Amino acid sequence: MDGKDPQGAMTSIATTPDIRPAPDARRLPGDPDVWIFIFAELLMFGAFFVAYIINWMGAHEAYTASQLTLDRSLGLVNTIFLVTSSWAVVSGLNAARADRPRQVAPWLAFAISLGIAFMVVKYFEYAAKLDTGIDLTTDDFHMFYFCLTGIHLLHVIAGTIILIVCWTHAREGHYHAGNLKGLETGASYWHMVDLLWIFLFPMLYLLR
Amino acid sequence: MISILKSNLHRTLLILLAATIAAFWMRSDGLVGLSVGATTLAIAYLKGRLVVLDFMEIRHAPLLWRGLLEGWLLVVTGLLFVCYFFGQNGA
Repeated sequence: MDGKDPQGAMTSIATTPDIRPAPDARRLPGDPDVWIFIFAELLMFGAFFVAYIINWMGAHEAYTASQLTLDRSLGLVNTIFLVTSSWAVVSGLNAARADRPRQVAPWLAFAISLGIAFMVVKYFEYAAKLDTGIDLTTDDFHMFYFCLTGIHLLHVIAGTIILIVCWTHAREGHYHAGNLKGLETGASYWHMVDLLWIFLFPMLYLLR
Repeated sequence: MISILKSNLHRTLLILLAATIAAFWMRSDGLVGLSVGATTLAIAYLKGRLVVLDFMEIRHAPLLWRGLLEGWLLVVTGLLFVCYFFGQNGA
């Protein structure tokens, strides 16, 4: 299988070894500096989440009524896209750790395509709202909805660009057992984007 | 299929997808009440913990970082739950 054969990587799902660092070798994957950035982002979004739920607490019936304007199915589909893309990135990372550099690029291409699919779904979701006259000034719920998902969408776009950069390196066979740092760094950022959506989805679409 | 389930990574993905669909189904089925909201938040916590431990590989990180990320999960989920509880009870 070469780096241009996504189907080949998909057929290796069952054979890609699950290679993780040994428990006695505790380390952060990737560049340690990116973890400071990731934690700062988590703190910022944590504050957003708390701000949202405190406002929800004071008017949860109005929030629930506004929540009915959202298409929960699109939220579900986007959750599946992000979770699966995170899994694909780890699969690519495991291929690099197993010294199978040609298998890395197809996994990353799959993850990138899911990231782009997330953006496309979000575009249609926003367009449907705006077409019916709903925007971030409609009420408090929609202000939070557009702001929180919009800021998260910017992170999806940034994460997808990072994955595309990793993919271009992977196509050149750049990532292998002896060179993982760049890929691990990009992967860690992408998982953070996934983690944030795991909280945004139930908060905005499901809780009532 | 069996070889897929033997991998921790693939098992994690399947659990994440199943938990996502379960939370969605609870809302779609019109279930309401504190226990449904609490279960939805618990599912979000468990999914977040799986992503942190198995995808971000924090399971094998220095204990300080594991504590920071697991602490973030606990604090955020805890605050969401407390506010949800008081919101439901008209505080």
